[in-house]
Amino acid sequence: MKRTINLATLVLAAALPFAANAHKAWLLPSATVTTVDQWVTVDAAVSNDLFYFNHVPLRVDGLVITAPDGTEVKPENLATGKYRTTFDLHLTQNGTYRLANVNRGLFASYEENGQRKRWRGTAEKFATEVPANAAKLEVSESAGRVETFVTAGKPTELKPTGIGLELIPITHPNDLYAKEEAKFRFVLDGKPAANLELEIVAGGTRYRDHQEEIKVKTDANGEFAVTWPAPGMYWLETGLQDDKTSVKQAKQRRVSYVATFEVLQQ
Amino acid sequence: MSMRSAFASLRIPAPSSAKRGRVGVGAALALLCALPVGAADLTVKVQIPSLNVAEYHRPYIAVWIENEDQSIAKHLAVWYQTDPKKEDGTQWLKDLRQWWRRGGREATMPIDGVTGATRPVGEHTLKFAGNGKQLTGLKDGKYNLVVEAAREVGGRELLRVPFEWPGKQQHGTAQGKTELGTVTLDITP
Repeated sequence: MKRTINLATLVLAAALPFAANAHKAWLLPSATVTTVDQWVTVDAAVSNDLFYFNHVPLRVDGLVITAPDGTEVKPENLATGKYRTTFDLHLTQNGTYRLANVNRGLFASYEENGQRKRWRGTAEKFATEVPANAAKLEVSESAGRVETFVTAGKPTELKPTGIGLELIPITHPNDLYAKEEAKFRFVLDGKPAANLELEIVAGGTRYRDHQEEIKVKTDANGEFAVTWPAPGMYWLETGLQDDKTSVKQAKQRRVSYVATFEVLQQ
Repeated sequence: MSMRSAFASLRIPAPSSAKRGRVGVGAALALLCALPVGAADLTVKVQIPSLNVAEYHRPYIAVWIENEDQSIAKHLAVWYQTDPKKEDGTQWLKDLRQWWRRGGREATMPIDGVTGATRPVGEHTLKFAGNGKQLTGLKDGKYNLVVEAAREVGGRELLRVPFEWPGKQQHGTAQGKTELGTVTLDITP
């Protein structure tokens, strides 16, 4: 039993976004609607309040920034401080950039010569690094995504990767306005994610008594609609567990998704 | 003496078929068949108010004709910081939020005959001939004239004046409260 708890702790520590606790992971861009050749700076943190860096920085080892033309671009001035990670992005192209911290991996615990071992890594390395005959082997998998979107000029299409939970715009995420309805579709490994429960929370929670979360559920097509009550930054989180693991030893996969949206005043 | 005032007494109030060109009466009559229906003239007046603030920058202003679905039918004017010696003024065009959303973000700056430098406090008159560059192709229908102003370290305001095109003689106004003064629209068949 003790091992189970430790494993759970390990999983939580490695992939906070889907943890069932109060901490929220997020990327917060300085602007979401801007023009070509401008810069945005992004804060990345795991916090209690939205969007204040008051707990731990978000480790952005899995940061993938996809430019409008589909190429991957590098952040600049990346630094991790006590409470937040920051980086800059030069928007050299017209269109929509996807900024995502993608977290994919396996967590294993097993016994070797009577000693408990913990391992964390990719599916590819699992076969070579974890002994095939390891005793009391427990493996779980995670696929997490914490992302946001920034558009220079006209919003452009966003292409899914087909892995984990992803948001497919019906309304473009950089075209959101207060009092208007926005529609999105969630896909899991590229297929509609039906009956997915989502939580949407407006920023500024430090200055109000309640989270005032908006709870939504996707329909059979994985679609959902939300009418933004007021302008501001919003945080969306969802997740699920399934058994679609990449190695047979892993019984369970935890899939999580977080996005930050900016809703403008009309 | 402009042709406009010279013809004022000749105006026939109601019928939209009564056309007036910027040429003589005879020539105007001769052109009747040739001109597209809707060749009325549009005059827009935009007041930029004087504001008692510590830091004043001239507002960015966009003037356009809005379709009923809020898309942009015609850009009429966009005033922004165009001085090449200063920082790139196009980066703040997004602050004209409605204009940006409805089409500004898809436009390539500058737009010939539309964009220009920011204007000082005062009343600015814009005249558009029905067969001129900006209004050509404007289909018959209901529209809004929209004027949006956004000021650096200041506020934003948007005004709409409904009108019918080409329609009869029309006069409309909207009164701004903060960033804009009075906006008036006049359509002269």
